[in-house]
Amino acid sequence: MDILIKKQSDRHVVILGNGIAGVTTALSLRERDSKCRITIVSGETEQFYSRPALMYIYMGHMTLENTRPYEPWFWKKKKIELCQGWVERIDISTKTLIFADSKTLNYDQLVLATGSVPNKFGWPGQDLKGVQGLYSLQELQSLEAMSSRIKTAVIVGGGLIGVELAEMLHSRGKHVIILAREDTYWSNAMPLEETKMVGDVIRAAGIDLRLNAELQEIVDDGSGQACALITKTGERIECEFVGLTAGVGPNLSALKNSEIPTGRGILCDFSFRTHIDDVFACGDCAEIETPDGERNRMEQLWYTGKMHGEILAGVLCGEDLTYDRGIWFNSAKFIDLEWHTYGQVPPCGRPQPEGVSHLYWEAADKRHSFRLVIQDDAVIGVNAMGIRYRHKICERWIAEKRSPTAVFKNLAEGNFDPEFYRRYEPEIVQVFQAQLSRGGAR
Amino acid sequence: MSAAITDFAPNHYGNPVRKKILSIGLMASLLPFIAALAGHQISSGWGALFLAFAPFILCALAYIWVTYSDTTPGIKNDGVIFGQFTGRGLAAIMLGMVLTGLYVTLYWFPQYLGFVDWGKPAVGVIFLLEPLSQALRGTYADQWFLYGFLYTVGVSVMGARMLYRYRHNKYQILRTFSVMFFQLAFGFILPGLLKSFSQPEFYFTYFWPLKSEYLFPGKWSEMMAHPGGLGTLMLVWGVVASFILTPILTYRFGKRWYCSWVCGCGGLAETAGDPFRQLSSKKLSAWKFERWSIHLVLVLITVLTVLLWIDLGEFSQSYKKAYGFGVGSLLSGVVGVGFYPLLGSRVWCRFFCPMAAVLGVFQRFFSRFRITTNGDQCISCGNCSMYCEMGIDVRAYAMQGKNIIRASCVGCGVCAAVCPRGVLKLENGKTHADRFEGAENPLAELMRSLSSH
Repeated sequence: MDILIKKQSDRHVVILGNGIAGVTTALSLRERDSKCRITIVSGETEQFYSRPALMYIYMGHMTLENTRPYEPWFWKKKKIELCQGWVERIDISTKTLIFADSKTLNYDQLVLATGSVPNKFGWPGQDLKGVQGLYSLQELQSLEAMSSRIKTAVIVGGGLIGVELAEMLHSRGKHVIILAREDTYWSNAMPLEETKMVGDVIRAAGIDLRLNAELQEIVDDGSGQACALITKTGERIECEFVGLTAGVGPNLSALKNSEIPTGRGILCDFSFRTHIDDVFACGDCAEIETPDGERNRMEQLWYTGKMHGEILAGVLCGEDLTYDRGIWFNSAKFIDLEWHTYGQVPPCGRPQPEGVSHLYWEAADKRHSFRLVIQDDAVIGVNAMGIRYRHKICERWIAEKRSPTAVFKNLAEGNFDPEFYRRYEPEIVQVFQAQLSRGGAR
Repeated sequence: MSAAITDFAPNHYGNPVRKKILSIGLMASLLPFIAALAGHQISSGWGALFLAFAPFILCALAYIWVTYSDTTPGIKNDGVIFGQFTGRGLAAIMLGMVLTGLYVTLYWFPQYLGFVDWGKPAVGVIFLLEPLSQALRGTYADQWFLYGFLYTVGVSVMGARMLYRYRHNKYQILRTFSVMFFQLAFGFILPGLLKSFSQPEFYFTYFWPLKSEYLFPGKWSEMMAHPGGLGTLMLVWGVVASFILTPILTYRFGKRWYCSWVCGCGGLAETAGDPFRQLSSKKLSAWKFERWSIHLVLVLITVLTVLLWIDLGEFSQSYKKAYGFGVGSLLSGVVGVGFYPLLGSRVWCRFFCPMAAVLGVFQRFFSRFRITTNGDQCISCGNCSMYCEMGIDVRAYAMQGKNIIRASCVGCGVCAAVCPRGVLKLENGKTHADRFEGAENPLAELMRSLSSH
């Protein structure tokens, strides 16, 4: 498996999937190797577009074209070929991709960046018309096609895509109900107070958020169309649309009947090499194998896909690189509430680690909050709601294991809000100092 | 995405029934003007003035109130693509025709608005403003007073819309108040008052090369001959503003101090033009054209100014006429505003304004202003580029973690406002030298440093 690939001018690198992971791989590879042939294959679209922006197309903020970072001439300029088509099979012995229309494409090196598909957990009625997830452009188009029929929509699964889909449907005048299994919103991603704030914000927007609620089955109206949903407590909700947003899993549809080993995702190492020579995987679809005892790594984020692509491009050129994610970061927007997180912030829905304390401040309007997570007198995590903080500065605090008091001194420096916005730092520091002397907010 | 949108009321926010009623009210309140244009004699006096304009203004304000009063504070761009006005629909085309028609009429056919002759009272629509013109200026209303009045009403009413729409964003609130204030005080009231005191009707917030006549010999002799000496002081102000104030303020704050906080053209663009900001072209080809066209106009006005001072007689005068027609009337007025609903709010500012060219050179090469990006949080969604009224592809910089330092950026701050991940921030740095910091691709650097053996 450990073949060192030298920079070859005539090799053909085929990348399956034109999302952020695949495209970053292609562009970073082209930066390193100006001669190799690069083809990006995608069934979903010909041109790369920003998947997180799908919601804005439905809401009317942008068109599909506006979500594309690059104009069509860009690909020609970079000498990267774009090929649109659905790959049905991968034949590793002949190094060939076989498309649904029977066309074939040969590769010297293959990068699998096929992304994700929404999870389906075997609910009765999950394949009816009017029931779908929201991940791909095709799913957006199918939602748009039936949109005028929808009066009530039920969203199953309380996470990021769930709240985004809720905001989308609500913006088009639908009555929206979210069924979240947990007892507070997205508890496996955020601490308790923040989950409550998000739940508050969702309800204030006019969306019917139901916690501790689970899907039992989706009812067929007799013609294969969903007409109602029944919860585990037996409640029947009449609806025309059911959004399945209970997480995503790797998209392995092109790997049916191939010999590329998969687990939940495509198995690979920290250099994104799969078990098959000259076949690599990155982004959402990759499952990075870890030493025994540790869970394999699956990272289904925009940012990590980008990082994977950067490393893989070097690996493809024979560089001895392994992926190290560095200090975790993420961000999201819940209706109008922005969330930024850096480092380790233990969510309330998971077991709390040892020796960790929290400092937590919340504004009187309950739309701004700031949290520091501390271990061994060092800040290990930052969580901000409704206030923008500088990525580089928060990262530095964590990397340098700054003590809380050192961070208090420089807190204002980290603020990234627009000019003239109210500055909460003096208030935050005051509250934190009091909490610190008591041993933490909890 | 070709599926027809059938479940969407244009302008998504607010009770659709109430908005429909107010829309009808708005249309109805335009009837007196149509009657006046058709030649019907309207009565004059304060009552007539009030009856003519108040219904429209009140309906417009009520419409704005109804639209946003039921919403939570935050970005309000739902339905912009689908909207009849905001999405280049039929209503937008018709509005564009009306605006263009208004400018053409103002410049070349003012008689249709009721203009008779200079020094004589007007009739028709212009005469409606007679009481106001007499009270403010002590002279007959003319088509330019009508223009100033409509312009100021436009900035004020649509400014109110902007304030309500962006009530969660302190920067937008202050900036909008600023342009509303400068237009009302310095763009309408003060010039009028000066005239009533027999002083020159001077616009303190416009200077060369935008209001180029403030450096023309003809204007200089006129102003300096004015009894009292105020005329000379105004000219000195003009020179100071153009050559001392401009470089200093642009160094400190970038060109936004003028273009989106003070200038009247900018004021209209940021208020009445807000529904159209997303229509600017983000194509690279547009940027290439813009760099040529805007500097060409600057060259043209500089040449004209020189030609007038060295006085080449007939040639200088013809050149002046051509510039006045081509740039002053056609590009600045007709295309600049008339084409709002089709090409966006900043066509003049981006492609033709010589002041913008000067300010842009400073901003690009010698200014502390920059838009910083927040590390690697960008998701390339494109909202920033979409809503940039100057057609800057902000996303291209943001997704690479590069600061945005572009000559055309007017610092309106909307890109930072619409960004869903808080990636952008308008800042005045401590020095101009470090504004390209962060220009290297930080993500690639980090990856390389973390993972090489």
